Amino acid sequence: MSFLSIRNPAQARRLFLTNSGLLLSGAAVALLAGRDALAAKAGDKASDAKILNTALAAELEAIAAYQVGAESGLLQKPVLDLAVTFQGHHKEHADVLAKTIQKLGGKPVAAKSKYTFPVEKLKSQADVLRFAAGLEQGAVSAYLGAVPLFGNRDLSKAAASILGDEAMHWAVLRNALGEAPVPSAFVS
Amino acid sequence: MISAFAAVLAVGIAAAADPGKGKEIYGRCLACHALEYDRVGPRHCGLFGRRAGSVPGFAYSEAMKRSKIVWNEKTLDRFLANPPKAVPGTAMTYAGVPEAKERADLIAYLKTACR
Repeated sequence: MSFLSIRNPAQARRLFLTNSGLLLSGAAVALLAGRDALAAKAGDKASDAKILNTALAAELEAIAAYQVGAESGLLQKPVLDLAVTFQGHHKEHADVLAKTIQKLGGKPVAAKSKYTFPVEKLKSQADVLRFAAGLEQGAVSAYLGAVPLFGNRDLSKAAASILGDEAMHWAVLRNALGEAPVPSAFVS
Repeated sequence: MISAFAAVLAVGIAAAADPGKGKEIYGRCLACHALEYDRVGPRHCGLFGRRAGSVPGFAYSEAMKRSKIVWNEKTLDRFLANPPKAVPGTAMTYAGVPEAKERADLIAYLKTACR
């Protein structure tokens, strides 16, 4: 099955659940078992940890955003399940990023006690989906912009793996909104 | 001669800047930024004329606080082209927007978005 043949969110969710484990385990292997990351120069390690910390901060905010969506009462099943699943992926990303930052000698940023979200503009399921889709689109771009910056190419590979996961989130959310799931041949 | 040509080209790009396209490009910023409130990155409303690292309560990198940049079309264009190169040590670990026209569109959007 491809995204082109997805007819509804339930199908999208099933497809996502089928594929996501492989992607995330690949990222975890690259991040946590990569000996090159540990052998990198001190300057590279500090710089790479900074990049990962920016990504971690965004992942933590995404987790909070999905929590707001899940608790809004605006999402109906199976869309609610989809949101919780995606939130779970962001939790996995955050966990791996935090552990990797520690391995590189950095200090992982903590989740904020309070985040600001445009809750006054979220009045329907479509509003929540559109908000989430915007975050996922931004995440794709953020990881794309981070990939070439790493001193360690294992980390670039791992970031690209997370990018792929975020891109699927974005596509599925667009599909749930009735928009073209994949609007162009390239992401930017 | 080359600098004169570059200046003419820059003026041409700025004149053709499209805030509508800039709004689309702003979608790339949405993992970390919002117009009206601080997120992983600081808010963008009030950006023009603001000194870098000066939004009250936002935890900037030391590099950004020390940069002495005042945001305008020119400084934004230079920064957005390659943030880590423009301000080494910035927390904006993002390779940038390499296309001059896209940067012009994005800056045009940022100028109008909060009016």
